[in-house]
Amino acid sequence: MNAIADVDTRSAVRKLRVATTSLGGCCGCHMSFLDIDERIIQLAEHVDFDRCPLTDLKHCGPCDIGIIEGAVCNAENVHVLREFRRNCKVLVALGACAVTGGLPALRNRVDLDDCLTRVYAGRGNGGAVPNDPELPLLLDSVFPINEVVRVDYFVPGCPPPEQAIWKLLSDLIVGHMLRLEDKLIRFD
Amino acid sequence: MSSLETVAVPQKYRRISIDPVTRVEGHGKVTILLDDDNQVHQVRLHIVEFRGFEIFIEGRPYWEVPVTVQRLCGICPVSHHLAAVKAMDIIAGAKAIPPTAEKLRRLMHYGQILQSHALHFFHLSSPDLLLGFDSDVTKRNIIGVVAEHPELARQGVLLRKFGQEVIRHTSGKRIHGTGAIPGGMNKALTISERDEMRCEVDQVIAWARKAVQLTKKLFATNPEFYDRFGMVDSNMMSIVDDEGRLDLYHGGLRVKNAEGRILLDHVDYATYDQVIGEEVKPWTYMKFPYLCSLGPEKGWYKVGPLARVQTADRLSTPFAEEERHEMMQASNGRPVHGALQYHVARLIELLHAAEVIRDLLDDPDITGTDLLADFGPRRREAVGAIEAPRGTLFHHYRVDEEGLVDYCNLIVSTTNNNQAMNEAVRHVARHHLSGRTITEGLLNRIEVAIRAYDPCLSCATHALGQMPLEVELRDPDGALVHKVRKDSDAVSCG
Ligand code: SF4
Repeated sequence: MNAIADVDTRSAVRKLRVATTSLGGCCGCHMSFLDIDERIIQLAEHVDFDRCPLTDLKHCGPCDIGIIEGAVCNAENVHVLREFRRNCKVLVALGACAVTGGLPALRNRVDLDDCLTRVYAGRGNGGAVPNDPELPLLLDSVFPINEVVRVDYFVPGCPPPEQAIWKLLSDLIVGHMLRLEDKLIRFD
Repeated sequence: MSSLETVAVPQKYRRISIDPVTRVEGHGKVTILLDDDNQVHQVRLHIVEFRGFEIFIEGRPYWEVPVTVQRLCGICPVSHHLAAVKAMDIIAGAKAIPPTAEKLRRLMHYGQILQSHALHFFHLSSPDLLLGFDSDVTKRNIIGVVAEHPELARQGVLLRKFGQEVIRHTSGKRIHGTGAIPGGMNKALTISERDEMRCEVDQVIAWARKAVQLTKKLFATNPEFYDRFGMVDSNMMSIVDDEGRLDLYHGGLRVKNAEGRILLDHVDYATYDQVIGEEVKPWTYMKFPYLCSLGPEKGWYKVGPLARVQTADRLSTPFAEEERHEMMQASNGRPVHGALQYHVARLIELLHAAEVIRDLLDDPDITGTDLLADFGPRRREAVGAIEAPRGTLFHHYRVDEEGLVDYCNLIVSTTNNNQAMNEAVRHVARHHLSGRTITEGLLNRIEVAIRAYDPCLSCATHALGQMPLEVELRDPDGALVHKVRKDSDAVSCG
């Protein structure tokens, strides 16, 4: 476990503000983030968390770093993603779903109408497909996030190993470009 | 069913939403309709996302499914991995699974129960309980708990870590590993891996016991409030072993009613689709399961920790059983249904999981190397079920002659709790919000009730949904990338 390298006094005074969200994903990338285990306590000395699944902030405010898990599946995902891009100086695509569409993009080979009918009318005791205005619009294809907004860094893996996430944060905290050595670049 | 589900003329009311529900896994929102006097008329928990696993898994080879399908959920991937592999054992024609392989699967599964329960209690829910429902919204999170209760927060983080390490040692990765294969396991546990976990497990058990005490002590400060918060009487369902003890890996289905009378017992879970019906409602992507024998109005039920510790006759490990017994005594044997009691039950299960892990590590079979069953003829169809951290989970598959999946149906734990969660938020709205000026702290009470169920909205989004309107997706330069409309015949992709 390498400590966050030589944090200078400037960054010790001003903490970085980090926001994270899950779009169409499984939360596994966030779990990999939490796999930094007790280093989260050390991390909290250097960053403040804005919107993320661990806080009660519902919208992303101005931030230094935004981290996106998951693919773009519906209109709400588009909306949240744009809010992150507007507010975050650096935007990171974390994990296969955000980087390539990942597993959720498997639905791109099936016809939506057909699926809907089969899931809601063809299983259990049947019923109409949910259609309330409270439910966000679905896109007919699933997109990786860089098809919707500009992305600064891509971290592959399903999920990326926790060391890669730690390296990402420690590099950005000290103001470096992210450099991932080969063993931290995973595709499984 | 509750009168607060649907009003006749929604336009007449003021709408408040909690969007997104925070400190839960995945996406959900709550909408509340109020009149001019702030009386609550309608409350709904909506599951707003979908992914479509059941359909896109069709055409994939059966042996791939246990690895693919765990991408439903990064918090309980092991449950999906194992529920799928239990079905695929049958489809692959596996005869008896060797004892070592079954024990390794159990070890992996109880590791997952432990890490998920620790995550839920410490990282997600403890801020409400330890800092207060109305505490500063910017501090009401795990970092706030670290500041106020550093040692407790550290123990919570390390409990989760231990569970994740058990998963890593048995499946190769902490998240989305590949340990189980149809017919057994693909990796033996080495003696040094066993010893590494064995030397930590006693500390883990000690911390787990303290966590149960902490919650009991907190709830004893105001029993009237903590016992009744979000209380909804309902049936309860879980898997039990042949002797009626809680078994999170395998057994038959048992259902009790709200008073604790057994309605169904030792039901073969392969017949789940005759026992459980599923209703669809237009305002949420998550279906509403119910017991066919009682119908949708009366047949809904709870699953998960609070249901499990009450449907089972007892737990197999001493410390956890002592706590369970005490919990039942406190209510004079009448089942408890308050939402926050889920936390006590969850921590009792966390303790139970730690004790089971210790017993498995002490079993000489655990480092055995006989990992794969013999195989007979392949079968076309099978059901796998397991008690995931959040409750009973069903995976049902059919494959064709080529071994490609041609039908898949999943009922995930959170779906089983759909009606119970909706009723719990309505209970809170009725008792804590109605007629009052709505504040952030009051709205957080709604979320506190949802969190108690530890819903995994990530799991719950496997079904597909519909496009009600039209949307255009443009790239950063404003060019049209993609457009969808309500009549999806007219979908165009640019
Ligand atoms: S990349 Fe993998 S781990 Fe991350 S959200 Fe997608 S499926 Fe889950």
